[in-house]
Amino acid sequence: MALLEVNNLKKYFPIKKGVFSRTLGQVRAVDGISFTLKRGETLGLVGESGCGKTTVGRSILRLIEPTAGQITFNNQNLLDLEREELRKVRASLQIIFQDPFSSLDPRMNVGQIIAEPIRNHLKISRKEIRERVAYLMERVGLHPEHISRYPHEFSGGQRQRIGIARALALNPLAIICDEPVSALDVSIQAQVINLLARLQEQMNLSYLFIAHDLSVVEHISDRVAVMYLGRIAELASDQELYQNPLHPYSRALLSAVPIPDPEIRRKKIVLQGDVPSPMDPPSGCSFHTRCPECKEICSQEEPILKDAGDGHWVSCHLW
Amino acid sequence: MNEQLKPLLEIKGLVTRFHTLDGVVKAVDGIDFEVYEGETLGLVGESGCGKSVTALSILQLLRCPPAEIMGRILFEGKNLLELDREGIRKIRGNDISMIFQEPMTSLNPVLKIGEQIAEAARTHKNMTRQEAWRWAVEMLRMVQIPGPNSRARQYPHSFSGGMRQRTMIGMSLSCNPRLILADEPTTALDVTIQAQIMSLLHRLKDEFNTAIVLITHDLGVIAEMASRVVVMYAGIVVEEAPVKEIFKDPRHPYTQGLLGSIPVIGRKRQTGRRLQEIPGIVPSPMETPSGCRFHPRCSKVMNRCCRQEPPMIRLNEHRRVSCWLEAHSTVKKSQAGGR
Repeated sequence: MALLEVNNLKKYFPIKKGVFSRTLGQVRAVDGISFTLKRGETLGLVGESGCGKTTVGRSILRLIEPTAGQITFNNQNLLDLEREELRKVRASLQIIFQDPFSSLDPRMNVGQIIAEPIRNHLKISRKEIRERVAYLMERVGLHPEHISRYPHEFSGGQRQRIGIARALALNPLAIICDEPVSALDVSIQAQVINLLARLQEQMNLSYLFIAHDLSVVEHISDRVAVMYLGRIAELASDQELYQNPLHPYSRALLSAVPIPDPEIRRKKIVLQGDVPSPMDPPSGCSFHTRCPECKEICSQEEPILKDAGDGHWVSCHLW
Repeated sequence: MNEQLKPLLEIKGLVTRFHTLDGVVKAVDGIDFEVYEGETLGLVGESGCGKSVTALSILQLLRCPPAEIMGRILFEGKNLLELDREGIRKIRGNDISMIFQEPMTSLNPVLKIGEQIAEAARTHKNMTRQEAWRWAVEMLRMVQIPGPNSRARQYPHSFSGGMRQRTMIGMSLSCNPRLILADEPTTALDVTIQAQIMSLLHRLKDEFNTAIVLITHDLGVIAEMASRVVVMYAGIVVEEAPVKEIFKDPRHPYTQGLLGSIPVIGRKRQTGRRLQEIPGIVPSPMETPSGCRFHPRCSKVMNRCCRQEPPMIRLNEHRRVSCWLEAHSTVKKSQAGGR
């Protein structure tokens, strides 16, 4: 049984204009995606900017209200929940944000930031809270004696650790990691990736790991979903996807990743043009305007995500 | 092959300091390197190591004061730091041009794309308005902007990130420069667009034999683009080597740490899920560590490293490294040879 199950999730943002804010159209940021996340598993969600990956993460927590779909977490449909019930669920479903500079309140010290979720959810004494905060800080590699420092006194990597400690405060089952390392330098990035991997082993956490860096995603994920214009193009185990990509978009995306080895020279698939606007997505397969293997059917009929064998899902007319 | 060539650009003992209210910040603290004609030199390091300041110092795009640039920057034998304002203005955009990281902020939002490219051509090539406009359209065509005629009449906001970066490249090439300083040219872009820009830079380099100083923290981009690599840490050069050697046999513990800390697709199965970490953070340029600047983070630190700054050791014609470990091994080798 999956811990998190997302079914046909949609989020359309209205485009409003004029004095009366008439709705002129819709941006289909997320346009019907489905996946599952098991206990202790990491599912990577990759795609280029504007493909809707961040919207997926935020819709799951209902930080933005989804337009349609079902989200089942721990046998509860999150979209049916009232405010108070949702608040309780969020104790076990947490999020880490990309920007460690804007996701921490600059007027709160570290102790207050990490204690906030504990205070909101648990009725325990101040002393116990302090102990728990110190324990969490140690767990993520911060010095507990820095408990009364403010976010600006920390480096980017340390701030990300504060965000992780806050997410861990209530012993969650799953964490949505929204580009947790992309603002960090490579040496610091490695520290945070290792920390996330270690915590996952110790606490049997599930991660939905949202990122644009394909090497980072491959490194941390058990399965990977590739998104393009609000839809999942392909979903498979990390090894399957990276060694045997089926969707022409995944192939182009993977071939575009520069490999840090000058001895390897690969033929790159260079895609022409830019990602089309999600306000006005192309007909049929949304990738057909840039696809090197486009057929006639691609511009007419939308492909569905289907199993090409062994849990390798692909949404393409070629398969 | 480089040794017969004369360097196009020689940096000697470059120091760039900023005088701030909190004290003097030594962003670049005595660096030397050369760039040869037609080559791509990769300048690698993490944020705060001084790579961007190096590029800005070469073109003197820093306000002085608070900045203070010392040392020698020889371009075709001429010291750029001795030129007057008019002299350096003639070099900028003409002989040496620059591509910035942020294509959003480095274009003027209220000028048409074509006008911005034409500006450089008019300044440096004495073209008339019409000639310069035609030239601008030609440049857009060269960097593969579809429909260059109508695109030249548009403003930057109607261009995507990749198109803006192409425009920047077109602009930097518009006077056939000998050298381009590219400061993180693909960092703000998606991978598929990055691949487009990299193949464009490759093609233009072959066509015009322009030398490129490629500043980036992305070792994958370095592996694909650069022929030689200079690694910087905390304002100084710690290692220099041809690109193949730096990836195969990095000598400085910092270079080794950098290479070990990046995830590489397909490597997980051999190395497991732990990446090599470099503990700690880059030191603040206000408080440079004593001795070797890397010693507080180094896994191979020795007593000597904390007290004495290591010398730059030449391993061969193409390689140098600043680390006591190499000093020991070269001493040992020469002793062994003597015996």
